[in-house]
Amino acid sequence: MAKVLMKGNEAIGEAAIRAGCLNYFAYPITPQSEVAEYLAKRMPEVNGVFLQGESEVAVGYMIFGAAACGERVMTTSSSPGISLMSEAISYISGARCPAVFVNIMRGGPGLGGILPSQGDYLQATKGGGHGDYKMLVMAPDGVQEAVEMTMLAFPLAEKYRNPVMILGDGLIGQMMEPVEFPNNLNKEPTNKDHWATNGMDTRKSKEKNIVKSLFLDPKVLNDHNLTLKSQYEKMKKQEIRFEAYNTDSDYQILIVSYGTMSRVCKTVIDNLKIQGIEVGMIRPKTLFPFPEKAVYDAACKKSCKKVVSIEMNMGQMLEDIERCVKGKKEVSWYGKCGGDVPTPEEIINHIKLLLK
Amino acid sequence: MQKEVMFAGFGGQGILLSAKLLAYAAMEQGLEVAWVPSYGPEMRGGTAYCTVVVSDRLIGSPIIKNPAHLVAMNRPSLEKFAPDVKPDGVILINSSLIHVKTKRNDITELIVPANEAAANLGNVRCANIIALSAFAFKSKMVDIDILCKCVEEEFASKPKLIPLNIKAFNEGLKIADTK
Repeated sequence: MAKVLMKGNEAIGEAAIRAGCLNYFAYPITPQSEVAEYLAKRMPEVNGVFLQGESEVAVGYMIFGAAACGERVMTTSSSPGISLMSEAISYISGARCPAVFVNIMRGGPGLGGILPSQGDYLQATKGGGHGDYKMLVMAPDGVQEAVEMTMLAFPLAEKYRNPVMILGDGLIGQMMEPVEFPNNLNKEPTNKDHWATNGMDTRKSKEKNIVKSLFLDPKVLNDHNLTLKSQYEKMKKQEIRFEAYNTDSDYQILIVSYGTMSRVCKTVIDNLKIQGIEVGMIRPKTLFPFPEKAVYDAACKKSCKKVVSIEMNMGQMLEDIERCVKGKKEVSWYGKCGGDVPTPEEIINHIKLLLK
Repeated sequence: MQKEVMFAGFGGQGILLSAKLLAYAAMEQGLEVAWVPSYGPEMRGGTAYCTVVVSDRLIGSPIIKNPAHLVAMNRPSLEKFAPDVKPDGVILINSSLIHVKTKRNDITELIVPANEAAANLGNVRCANIIALSAFAFKSKMVDIDILCKCVEEEFASKPKLIPLNIKAFNEGLKIADTK
């Protein structure tokens, strides 16, 4: 298929449709409103549903409802909106329903700003809502990857019966790049007859399915949490995705960076190479499960003196990197969170400071 | 080889469209491209700018501090961004609205009275197309014929506008050719 030039937001909308998602509920918020604009037009063309909720709180539960019925369903929002949905995300996780959440992050906390940010790393990977739950979180570095990850999100959500989050930022949503839509995806949802409230007519078993997150019996609730945990452990075994960049070199500095920021870092690495300074990078594509071993191994390389986390926030992934590096090397952070994406020049200066 | 151009002006001057057409043309040529708009608070105050990055290999940072070229459609844009342009670049100055120059002698100034030329063609709104083709001609960032086809395709759903925009496109080439 030929490449088309698309905004990240529109491409995510199209990717959802191509992945067989016919249910989209959302509430507008900059910088991701184009997803809703695009799907408001596209969903009726494919007999799908777009419904704008009265708030993000309502949207979260519309997602829960559709997911409980076994439908492929997605919402998109930006940071403050995701906070409002976090209660529903906890319920959806507790009830083991598959659903896709897209967070095109903007600056925070509070209303913050509307420019790109990565300030929701901890919210996405460590909770946001209450209870022992995890989302599978994927972080695209451009429009093409946003498409691929969105299409992958639906089968993964169904495989684990768990919400999946695409964690992008304002730049990925607003930027246009050429994209190619893969068409090898199996659009057929997995069989959900054993758990979804999808009607008794077509089901062989006459047993009622009940979707819930309330388990008052302590033993039952503990067992339920153990089941959830086993799914997260399975994700850690099967779903870790990352890219290693210039790690064949004898790098002195190891960068760990994701999303938009990692692209800026690639330019940094290329430019420093010309100047005779080798820098390597591990780019997590999945933020949960985190590429723990890859980061540890890369940090332990003999030539590597220091590890630096480069993020558009005040140092959130830094905590995961420190955990993985286990004190073997010095780990520090560089970043900004007002909305100005750090430029290659700024990062190069910082790397040179680290080497002094 | 990577080249970048920043289009800048008032909201409503067709900045984002000019940039998009250039990006389309580059993509049609088989190049890698990123179109990065301003969508922040400054846009809401009235100025719009947009960067197009074109490269023969995967584009790293889409955030560009020093673009190779600049298309300035109003004076605040010229004053703000002209100092950032890399040496040997092209700076297009829309002389209909900008009555100053850059004071730089390490770049090529391309003076285009885009609004007046557009008004002479019957519609001032095609000033952005005049600037686009003049810039493309001078900078050689994309193939002119492919760019012209992209302009035609852009207006395919409003065929009435195609002749005007093609006229504007050719007018831009003419202006750039005589400079």
